[in-house]
Amino acid sequence: MPQWIRACATDDINPEDLIRFDHDGDTYAIYHAPDGRFYATAGRCTHEDVHLCDGLVMGHLIECPKHNGQFDYRTGEAKRSPVCVNLKTFPVKVEAGTVFIGLT
Amino acid sequence: MTAAPFPVGQRDYSLVGPDSRRAVEIGLASAEWYHSDVPRAVMKDLMKRTDGPAIRDTILWFALLIGGAWGGIYFWGTWACVPFLFVYSVIYGSSCDSRWHECGHGTAFRTPWMNDVIYQIASFMVMRNPVTWRWSHARHHTDTYIVGRDAEIAWMRPPKTLTNFLALFDVIGATRSLLILARNATGRLTPDEKDFVPESEWGKMILAARIHMAIYAATIAVALATWSWLPLMLIGLPRIYGSWHMVMCGHLQHAGLAENVLDHRLNTRTVYMNPISRYIYWNMNYHIEHHMFPMVPYHALPRLHEVIKADLPPPNLSILDGYREVFASLRRQKTDPEYYLRKTLPPSAKPYREEFHTLNIARSNT
Repeated sequence: MPQWIRACATDDINPEDLIRFDHDGDTYAIYHAPDGRFYATAGRCTHEDVHLCDGLVMGHLIECPKHNGQFDYRTGEAKRSPVCVNLKTFPVKVEAGTVFIGLT
Repeated sequence: MTAAPFPVGQRDYSLVGPDSRRAVEIGLASAEWYHSDVPRAVMKDLMKRTDGPAIRDTILWFALLIGGAWGGIYFWGTWACVPFLFVYSVIYGSSCDSRWHECGHGTAFRTPWMNDVIYQIASFMVMRNPVTWRWSHARHHTDTYIVGRDAEIAWMRPPKTLTNFLALFDVIGATRSLLILARNATGRLTPDEKDFVPESEWGKMILAARIHMAIYAATIAVALATWSWLPLMLIGLPRIYGSWHMVMCGHLQHAGLAENVLDHRLNTRTVYMNPISRYIYWNMNYHIEHHMFPMVPYHALPRLHEVIKADLPPPNLSILDGYREVFASLRRQKTDPEYYLRKTLPPSAKPYREEFHTLNIARSNT
């Protein structure tokens, strides 16, 4: 069972954007998809040690700000080189305007 | 004289030599780089992708290619073919580089397949293996002008001025590129290529090289069959006789500036250029801006420049102005390879990130 950690308020993230969330020495990216849903992934690109929080969200893709590699942040799937390794994803739930990330 | 940020001594620019290991050891590889502050909302707007500008530019690109080729063929054998082949060759042999570059980043078009198609065409024109160079350019952005890490350092120190300027009509570069493609086509990869291209991509590298070489072989066959230079004037040779603009702009990007620093304001140059050169070069004259924020498409770089120019060294005012600076710096580097041009920042700018370099010096001395 994941431990649900409060990450942010829903209105902390604009639609089609993301923010950085740090917890217990690890860093994550929390996404607000254009359809209104929220998602969470590991914060750093799997290609180089670059945080995705400065990247560009286009639909359900996150583009790394350094080399333009892309992931589908819903599944973590690497979609465009130079990224080859998938991104780790985490469960998310929204309750009363708060976004929680599920960590094990 | 401005001293190098830390002693480099004898340089080894290969990606598997002592400088490469040293860059990793002291934290210069895959390091954190300086970025000017840009509000998130502004940056999101600048990064926004759209197809319109690149479709417009690409329609013109193909029109110039087709028109130039038509005139070259129609008037072949007379002086009237010269202006047509001049235009054709520059569009083929110079603008291929910027199209390769922007579509390689995936920023020119919003639609991915458009980026991919133009990337493949431009890679062929510029005689670059489309797989190898996608990865080498990623490394260039990770470790810009870090000795032993960046595979795209054009001006190695001490500078070989004559060799580099002979490259204006890129006989050496094009020949080298062709030989690399020929080697790749036989299935052979160098240790450098194996260093920055993941093993999963090696098969694609070899396939791409074979396709390129097959097209060149077919072109030579047609030239022999028709006993005419014309096929080669249209495919292959424009990479040499039309590359002068690419080389002219490319030399301005980093020549005479710093190596082994983590601030693009120290190792990259922004130069104001005329509109024709900016079309051919797809605004890569805003080169500091591009390196700091590679997600910003070429058509938004002038706007980005306006947003952050108070934090950048003053741009060169023209190509000529840029070359004056480059030549002066290279002359110094001929006798003093540690020298680099350190530009004065405007009072509004944040200082250069000295702490990165100080940290690295301290590390290198322990």
